[in-house]
Amino acid sequence: MRRTTIVLLSVAGLLAGCLGQSRQADPARNADAKDVTLTITANAVAGGKNARGADWIANWVIPRFTEAQRAKGVNATVRFEQNGAGDEDFKTKVALDFQTGGGGDVVELDGIWLGEFAQAGHIRPLAEVVGAAEVDAWDGWRRIPDAVQGLGEFDGKRYGVPMGTDGRVLFYNKKLFARAGLPTDWQPRSWDDLLDTAAKLKALPGVWPIQLDAGTAMGEATTMQGVLPALAGTGTTVHENGKWQGATAGVKEVLSLYQRIYREGLGDPVLQQEAKGRDRSFALFAADKIGILLESDYFWRSVVEPRTGVAKMADRDTAVGWALIPARVPGAGVGGQDFVSTSGGGVRVVNPNTEYPRQAWELVEFLNSAEAVKSALAGGAQVTQRTDVNDEVLAGDPMLRFVAERVLPITRYRPGLADYPKVSAALQQATADVVSGRSPDEAARSYHEALVEAVGEDAVTGG
Amino acid sequence: MPSRAAERDPAGIGTARAIGFVAPALLLIGVFLVFPALWTLYIGITDYRLTGPAAADPRVVGADNFTTALRDPLFGNSLWLTALFVLGSAVVGQNALGFALAWLLRRVRTGLRRTVEGFVLLAWILPGPVVAYLWFAVLSRDGGTLGLLLDRPGTAWLVQYPMASLIVFNTWRGTAFSLLLYTSALAAVPPSHLETARLAGASGWQTVRDAVFPHIRGHVLTNTLLISLWTANDFTPFLLTAGGPNHESEVLPVLIYRQALESGRLGYASAMSSLLLVGNLVVALVYLRLLRGRA
Repeated sequence: MRRTTIVLLSVAGLLAGCLGQSRQADPARNADAKDVTLTITANAVAGGKNARGADWIANWVIPRFTEAQRAKGVNATVRFEQNGAGDEDFKTKVALDFQTGGGGDVVELDGIWLGEFAQAGHIRPLAEVVGAAEVDAWDGWRRIPDAVQGLGEFDGKRYGVPMGTDGRVLFYNKKLFARAGLPTDWQPRSWDDLLDTAAKLKALPGVWPIQLDAGTAMGEATTMQGVLPALAGTGTTVHENGKWQGATAGVKEVLSLYQRIYREGLGDPVLQQEAKGRDRSFALFAADKIGILLESDYFWRSVVEPRTGVAKMADRDTAVGWALIPARVPGAGVGGQDFVSTSGGGVRVVNPNTEYPRQAWELVEFLNSAEAVKSALAGGAQVTQRTDVNDEVLAGDPMLRFVAERVLPITRYRPGLADYPKVSAALQQATADVVSGRSPDEAARSYHEALVEAVGEDAVTGG
Repeated sequence: MPSRAAERDPAGIGTARAIGFVAPALLLIGVFLVFPALWTLYIGITDYRLTGPAAADPRVVGADNFTTALRDPLFGNSLWLTALFVLGSAVVGQNALGFALAWLLRRVRTGLRRTVEGFVLLAWILPGPVVAYLWFAVLSRDGGTLGLLLDRPGTAWLVQYPMASLIVFNTWRGTAFSLLLYTSALAAVPPSHLETARLAGASGWQTVRDAVFPHIRGHVLTNTLLISLWTANDFTPFLLTAGGPNHESEVLPVLIYRQALESGRLGYASAMSSLLLVGNLVVALVYLRLLRGRA
């Protein structure tokens, strides 16, 4: 018996040393290697999620990079680890990869995860992983606007290179608007204006007038495509003066908006609770069954895109309209704005566990060269990280030009803090409560309690 | 009269060789069972997280996670749903359906019996994701089979009746084990007892209760113990509802998964795993008591 106790204690002691360790890396290791193997990890998969990005990596990046390396006498093998998962699942997978000392050498992350990954030690400043001189020497930095570079920074340090940015707007189906006798050239000026239009669309049989992401099943989409733009429309952002918004007037107004949409039959409450609700909302929009949908320009580029989208609309260019997201009433938006939006974007980081830090950074440089960024678009358009590329490619796409010219000047980014995901989860739960029938005041109260529990009393306002 | 040495070493291979024989098994058990269990207990007393500062530098927080879990309404909700799930789909559902099928199939033609058993077994041996996909199609809101059969198209069964759907699903999925076990148990009931019952004019139910049940009581308890534990630990509900809508079908394994991997609270989820383990042990002890009481 005593021997068993000793064994148990020594095992526990061994374990105790294992949690949360990270090794110190040498940026120059394997810098002169002649045989190099690199892996790119992205949430993109051929024929599925972000198919265009996946094809680009497989058919353009890998052959060209290998060729460029061969010219230098380096025999490079680049693998592409494809994923076609929901954003939350991908995040979990990548976090586990980093945690266990594995993962691809170059990993694509959502910019908003940067803070928590950095604080966990999963990723490290580029200067530490690759070497400050190497990183600063890259000529691409001056092509990336500071605001966009901020997506790849945490605590004032560079962790990765942003992959572009986006903006959120109201997409609407012009065919449905025409059938409901509404003007197809539409721009709501206030929430009432928006809901009045939705009420008119309700007359169409089999059509849900509006989709504002809600509930926990939608994950971060609920926060980013629902709560945060609405909150910006009440004149505040979720993190102000060092504190998170608790049960403030703004949060209650947002929850009342959800109540008006989902308890008055303007949106489908069941869809918000389904396990694959967001994908279904895309399919329904493409099938002319949802009138208005708040989404990022990703929706235009990758969802209803006629050739490679996941919910293709052959008549996208004529059938899909877009409008700025109105503040609650004109002038009530954040910064006194009439219209609001939220933005985010991906970031490519170099895995601190990589065996070939220099070569991985070369790959990142290559991925972000003007030539590569342009080819990634494959004739399509997107608000990229590079101003030189944007000037050239956005001219051809009215939607994305709209985002670059009208949305980006009024948009807000999420606070890249480690506590943000907890706040986001609490906000999602609050909308889930309202959709399933609780009053906005009640939901706001539980939200406040959950928030205090998650981030501490001192970091919360309102209530 | 065997010598002392033979008593100590009945196989006659010597202690060293005996250890050699069991070592591989002990090693496997140690690596895959004892180590993870200890590891879970250890993480359970820390604030270890998947990301953020606590991932880099976890602290030991003692029993905090356990007390938090016991006060957490989500944990209470989950415990209740798990109990409901086990009672509905295992203790009642699989047991009753398994026994009923075994009883009814006793006398039918071998070909028919084998066919029915084959179908029931199929539900059991198909991989979870395949089965989940099939049930998705049955319960879907878009032209799902059940909605069409009941003339209620557009009913989102998994959203409107999540627990009922899961219970029916798991009953369907797991009945095979009970069926097989009861089929062999019934074969052990002496035909003379059944014949006597028949001559005494016993009804079907009376026969089962008074002539059959006393013979298979041990089988019933063993079967109930096994399927209860399997069901309590079953993760397939995640594939169907992911715990939704709004935590209404979040049984313990799903709650633990979501807390650990979606919310990144590895320490907290480990503590809840330990609690689930304790719950399973208590259930197992109760059954063993009952079994011993019978003997």
